[in-house]
Amino acid sequence: MTRLAGGLSLGVVLLAVASLLVGPAGIGPGESLSALIRGDGGPLTLVMREIRMPRALLAIMIGASLGLAGAAMQGYLRNPLAEPGLIGVSGSAALGAVLAIHTGLAASFALALPLAALTGALGAVALVMALAGPRGTSLTLILAGIAVSALAAAFTSLVLNLSPNPFAANEIVFWMMGSLADRSMLHVWLALPFMLLGAFLLARLGRGLDALTLGEDAAQAMGIDLPRLRLMLIVGTACVVGSGTAVAGAIGFVGLVVPHILRPFVGAQPSRLLWASALGGAIMVLAADVAVREILPARDLKLGVLTALVGAPLFLHLILKLRQERI
Amino acid sequence: MTRLNVSDLSVRRHARSVLRDVSFSVEAGEFIGLIGPNGAGKTTLMRAVLGLLDHEGASSVAALPREERAKAVAWMPQAREIAWPVAVETVVMLGRTPHLSSIQQASDADHAAVETALAEMDLLHLRHRAATQLSGGEQARVLIARALAQQTDLVMADEPIAGLDPAHQISTMQTFASLANKGVSSIVSLHDLGLAVRHCTRLLLLGEGGLVADGVPHEVLTPERLARIFGVSAFYQSTDQGPVYQSLEVTR
Repeated sequence: MTRLAGGLSLGVVLLAVASLLVGPAGIGPGESLSALIRGDGGPLTLVMREIRMPRALLAIMIGASLGLAGAAMQGYLRNPLAEPGLIGVSGSAALGAVLAIHTGLAASFALALPLAALTGALGAVALVMALAGPRGTSLTLILAGIAVSALAAAFTSLVLNLSPNPFAANEIVFWMMGSLADRSMLHVWLALPFMLLGAFLLARLGRGLDALTLGEDAAQAMGIDLPRLRLMLIVGTACVVGSGTAVAGAIGFVGLVVPHILRPFVGAQPSRLLWASALGGAIMVLAADVAVREILPARDLKLGVLTALVGAPLFLHLILKLRQERI
Repeated sequence: MTRLNVSDLSVRRHARSVLRDVSFSVEAGEFIGLIGPNGAGKTTLMRAVLGLLDHEGASSVAALPREERAKAVAWMPQAREIAWPVAVETVVMLGRTPHLSSIQQASDADHAAVETALAEMDLLHLRHRAATQLSGGEQARVLIARALAQQTDLVMADEPIAGLDPAHQISTMQTFASLANKGVSSIVSLHDLGLAVRHCTRLLLLGEGGLVADGVPHEVLTPERLARIFGVSAFYQSTDQGPVYQSLEVTR
């Protein structure tokens, strides 16, 4: 267990350093790291501290959030196909952002777009909780989430449909693909409080999720407060996924694939999968963000596109493996 | 010492009455068989007693605060759900959940409780296997062991012996009986009346929307009640090898 934790942590550190060293500025590794640490106020320091540093930090934060939320969601629903977007938060955050772009609000001040996306995410949570009710089962939560996702997707399409010019539509489509390019420390500071709050809520679910392995009835009889657990799950997921989508757009497949890959390494125990998936998610997003800069440096390959391109076949492979085991 | 007190418990679902005015109490050391035909409300009664279902009337267990209740009664639901391929001993350790605070690690006492439960249910050789890879009967034993590991004074189990082989059916009934000798009471729903009359100290017969009879097995299972509630005739006699029950024919 400690070996897994050590290995994953090492992976995060190495990839974070790699992320700091990759970029179009073409600076040597020693030079860039010393500029980052010393901070002499020159252009190098600026590049490191204002461009590469926020990018690496956001990759870690968003990856860890998606991994953690994915593991928690799969544990709660007892379904390996669940993912954090299931409760409609990411779709609604995207809708908020799309509306901000469409109305021109996004251009009015620096954080208008992420703030609009956060508002969308909060609206989704309120709607899901109202629909699912305070005492509902996991099934009502899934149904409410699907309804809210579908509604958000429909409105997003409507906005695209009615978009005044091709440039606005273009901007919307590109934003929705998800990227960490050109983000600043402002984005980090905006997302950080929500992510810390959400991670705090989700990390405390371990024991309840373990008990839920035996079903809702058994868990309740073992003293688990299910309505409270569900509330913490929804609010926690909304905080981390909503703020992540707000600053980086939709980055799919991380919350689905990472818990799935790591499950065998933690003895399938939901509580252990939480932290392992957080580290694994950070690794996946860091690696993908390094890759988009290396593969097509000139073409601005979007992060969300790459995670889906890598994630979907990986997921298919896992399903095939699962099928063999079951038969 | 009274383990459970149920008075005038009624359950309605969708404006239809499922159970009416059920009252009984459970003393220390009783092994109670909850019997009745399909749909008589056995699961409903147990879930209502546990407070997992809205009900009228009072159940002393349902009235306890959540954490207290988890230390007072263990519950094994009918649905034998094990969602993830976790090791058998990990599943059994889940029974210790009520005894641990949110960050606390399992203590020696917790491990000892798990060992006892594993040995009791004949699972020591399977302890490192993934629970989902076991057969249905083995999974049932794992889940019974999980309930035993909770070390409560009252155990409630919904059809724990369904799907077990004869040897494990008998040994499971003996486990509940030996718990009763130690003062731990259990309420177990079951359809095998033959095992019920041999092992249970008392039977609760559900039917006709309520509690029909409550008492020692030979007083509860009269030919008249067997015909009226279950619609069967039966051979039921006390022999040198203990009471023997066998359903014979459908009477309606």
